[in-house]
Amino acid sequence: MQRLGLFLLTTALVIAPLAMAAPPEYTLIIKNHRFEPSEVMVAAGQKIKLVVDNQDATPEEFESHSLNREKVIPGRSKATIWIGPLKPGTYDFVGEYHEDTARGRIIAK
Amino acid sequence: MLGSAIIVFREVLEAALIVAVVMGASRGAIGRGRWVSGGIALGTIGACIVAAFAGRLSDALEGRGQELFNAAVLLAAVVMLAWHSVWMSAHGRRLAEEMRRLGHDVVIGAKPLYAIFVVTALAVLREGSETVLFLYGLAAGGTGQFALIGGGVLGLAAGVGLGFALYRGLLRIPLRRFFTVTGWIVLLLAAGLAASAADFLAQAGALPALSPELWNSSAILSQSGLLGQILHILVGYQDRPSGIGLVFYIVTIVTVVALMRWVGGHRHDAGRASLAASNTS
Repeated sequence: MQRLGLFLLTTALVIAPLAMAAPPEYTLIIKNHRFEPSEVMVAAGQKIKLVVDNQDATPEEFESHSLNREKVIPGRSKATIWIGPLKPGTYDFVGEYHEDTARGRIIAK
Repeated sequence: MLGSAIIVFREVLEAALIVAVVMGASRGAIGRGRWVSGGIALGTIGACIVAAFAGRLSDALEGRGQELFNAAVLLAAVVMLAWHSVWMSAHGRRLAEEMRRLGHDVVIGAKPLYAIFVVTALAVLREGSETVLFLYGLAAGGTGQFALIGGGVLGLAAGVGLGFALYRGLLRIPLRRFFTVTGWIVLLLAAGLAASAADFLAQAGALPALSPELWNSSAILSQSGLLGQILHILVGYQDRPSGIGLVFYIVTIVTVVALMRWVGGHRHDAGRASLAASNTS
């Protein structure tokens, strides 16, 4: 699963600049109530697609006030969240159901 | 236990405050308690069903199911609140006058109780499903049953308690202004829900965000804090609003106020005419 995520991420990173129409895609994995990676670098100034892959058995709620986003991700499933276009800066997010461990941020450059 | 209490509190708060506003605004209506309780019961059943099918809902419509569902629920609530506002614009003034004349609440049967029922059910449905999923996750994650139930009950009690406090606060507004003030709260509540619906549609990629962050007032009043959250629910405050959210917010207010003026003006004339007729007879 992780390899697939990495593959998708790499594919997205390679393909995105080639196909201008397709927005860049980033994958975030939830495992043991933690985000991997906990920091995601994304492109500022354009719409991006964030795929959150919850590999835990329990549901999680991706929530970010700074991004104005909230989405429940059931256990062992993936969810797509459209974000941006973002101004350069740092945007915190949490897994609301496990806020003490599930924390991360998006850095838009 | 405290952690689960806080999360349940946050989820319950939105539904509790909406129910409190609706209860306040429907003051004087016959059997509103029954309608509101019915709405809470139906919403709770619906929340469990939504939580049980969360996976399928999330995958539906190319992964946009959850956002589109949330947006639909919110917009349906907006329509019901708007209907309530428009109805009150036609009848609210006479209602307040009669209450003042008699010195106590008058009972009227024609209030749009369906709207109140539907708004309550929708508010409980949306927030309730998230609470159910959270508690399910805790249970599956092996948190002790006692902590789970204790935290849930504590959070629920705190949320409902705050809703009740708001309701009692609303009742203290002088009758002369009562329906004007609650009318504005209902209107801003509807506008805020419309803005949230817009954000869900943007999250699904169905609408452009226009600007994801028009301003940032989180340093002055953070939406994560209790006051910020309460204002977010009641009047749609956002510390970092999106362009599309603000458009939905303003369009909702302008549309509902225009409808209120239009219907209120017409009905008011009609009401005066019938009152004059009954005086002469």
